[in-house]
Amino acid sequence: MKAIAIRDNSNSRNTKNKIFLGIVIFFSLLTILPIILIVGELVVKGIGQINLSFFTEAAPDTLQAMVAKANGETIPGGIANGITGSILIVVLAAVMAIPFGIITGIYLYETPGKRYSNIIRDIADILQGVPSIVLGLIVYLWVVKYITHSYSALAGSVSLAIMMLPLIIRSTEETLKMIPGTLKEAAVALGVPYHKIILRVLIPSSFSGLLTGILISISRILGETAPLMLTTLGNPRINWDITHPTSAVPLLIWQFYNDPNMVELIWSSSLFLMGFVLTLNIISKRISAKHSIH
Amino acid sequence: MNNSDKITKYFLFAGSFLILIVAGGMVYSLVGGAIPAFHKFGWHFITSTNWNPTEGRESYGAMPFIAGTMITSVLALLISIPMAFSTSLFVSEYFRKTPVASVLSTLVDLLAGIPSIVYGLWGFYTLRPVIMHLGLSPQGFGVFTSGIILAIMIIPYATSLSNEIIVMVPNELKEAAYSLGATRMEVIFNVIVPNARSGIVASYILAFGRALGETMAVTMLIGNANKVPHSLFDTGNTMASVIANQFGEADGLKLSSLIAIGLLLFVITALVNTAGKFIIKKLS
Repeated sequence: MKAIAIRDNSNSRNTKNKIFLGIVIFFSLLTILPIILIVGELVVKGIGQINLSFFTEAAPDTLQAMVAKANGETIPGGIANGITGSILIVVLAAVMAIPFGIITGIYLYETPGKRYSNIIRDIADILQGVPSIVLGLIVYLWVVKYITHSYSALAGSVSLAIMMLPLIIRSTEETLKMIPGTLKEAAVALGVPYHKIILRVLIPSSFSGLLTGILISISRILGETAPLMLTTLGNPRINWDITHPTSAVPLLIWQFYNDPNMVELIWSSSLFLMGFVLTLNIISKRISAKHSIH
Repeated sequence: MNNSDKITKYFLFAGSFLILIVAGGMVYSLVGGAIPAFHKFGWHFITSTNWNPTEGRESYGAMPFIAGTMITSVLALLISIPMAFSTSLFVSEYFRKTPVASVLSTLVDLLAGIPSIVYGLWGFYTLRPVIMHLGLSPQGFGVFTSGIILAIMIIPYATSLSNEIIVMVPNELKEAAYSLGATRMEVIFNVIVPNARSGIVASYILAFGRALGETMAVTMLIGNANKVPHSLFDTGNTMASVIANQFGEADGLKLSSLIAIGLLLFVITALVNTAGKFIIKKLS
């Protein structure tokens, strides 16, 4: 009697086991469904609108778009004002965040146990979790109100630089931790000055890791819309003056989305933005996989 | 240590000030900007559900947005847990180190690379019609739609850490359970989950922290109604989305109230993230 009971029990346990595997596979597939649908939809709807003028001309105004639509033509213009604006803002943010991020990262690596280092590390962690819209608000108060006195590319890049800074600090520290300590010890033993150890040993040997961190942080900020709405506002023309309102690709998408005459343009610009961000992501993963120390 | 080495040390030390200044300045500006709102409304600012920008009868309360943020984020977490947990088991246990697993984890990582505004567009043009078709809400906007999109957005944050933790569960423990005749599912629930529990919880807390601050996708989908949502399919607003929405025409007391909401959001996300990091620190 007892033996039968055990066998029955093991049958139901095996069935449960199989059902659970089925559930795991089902939900895993469900997880990747959105990315396939999103990428698919953007490619199908967006690829047809991408041509040369997409990259070379500024966005049309709503009247041009309305006339073109009424005549059954394709909407003229492109997103050149957004692309140049994004380049300006992101490069400026990178110039501000990368040196300080790397210096702070090296400092944390060099003084691991210190109380001050732990505080910096905790602050970096907290800063990393601050919602980007809150950064936009703060930079509005700092830069838009007191420095440039108008919405400006500079304000946008400050908000994005604050997003980049903690990412670069942590990735620099983590990368440096992976370098064998013997490398540095050898340099110290040879009497190499400290700044040369940093410039000739630490940075070169962790270069691919630092690069990965930088690329990942850039891919994070490229698609940011919310802080730019509060800081750079947008601009119908191409603008290289950092004290003036400037457009960016995500801002243009937002503008197209809110304008019934231009709403068709969202697909190509979103495809471009997402394609760019995902490519950066994949490149940085390649670099880190190729050079990781095992 | 000679002079040049000392200079280098001080140089590094000075470089690390920037993040302190930024963080200190952020708190200072948020608190300073929020003072007029708190001065006018007191603690009532947090509990009041009234948001009325009409001139002369201005009255601002943050409760609708605190409620909106909490409801959408909790909903997003609840929806994402089965998907994130299954993905982690798929990648780190069932199909560990197989090509299928690496394809799956790459795809899930890509979810983190899609800009928020693109999620918003997809939610608006693809998900919203489905919600309308199912008759869940007439316009398809609301807490439920936002919750689903947020759930998709936070899955990569929930899986990345828990994958690592699940892989780290010692093989001896699993083998011991198998040798006693345990099935794979029993090993998962009696060995892996208890061992990896705090790491898994921490990664879900961090994912929840992400959901709290998401702006664009939610702004495009929640319906932007300044009231406490009455049901899952009702419209509402979150703290992040109300800032994005109302900032454009804001000055004076209204701007101060938006900054005060920003301050509250900052405090809430900082607390949630600190809780998550604290658990992770205890692990290592």
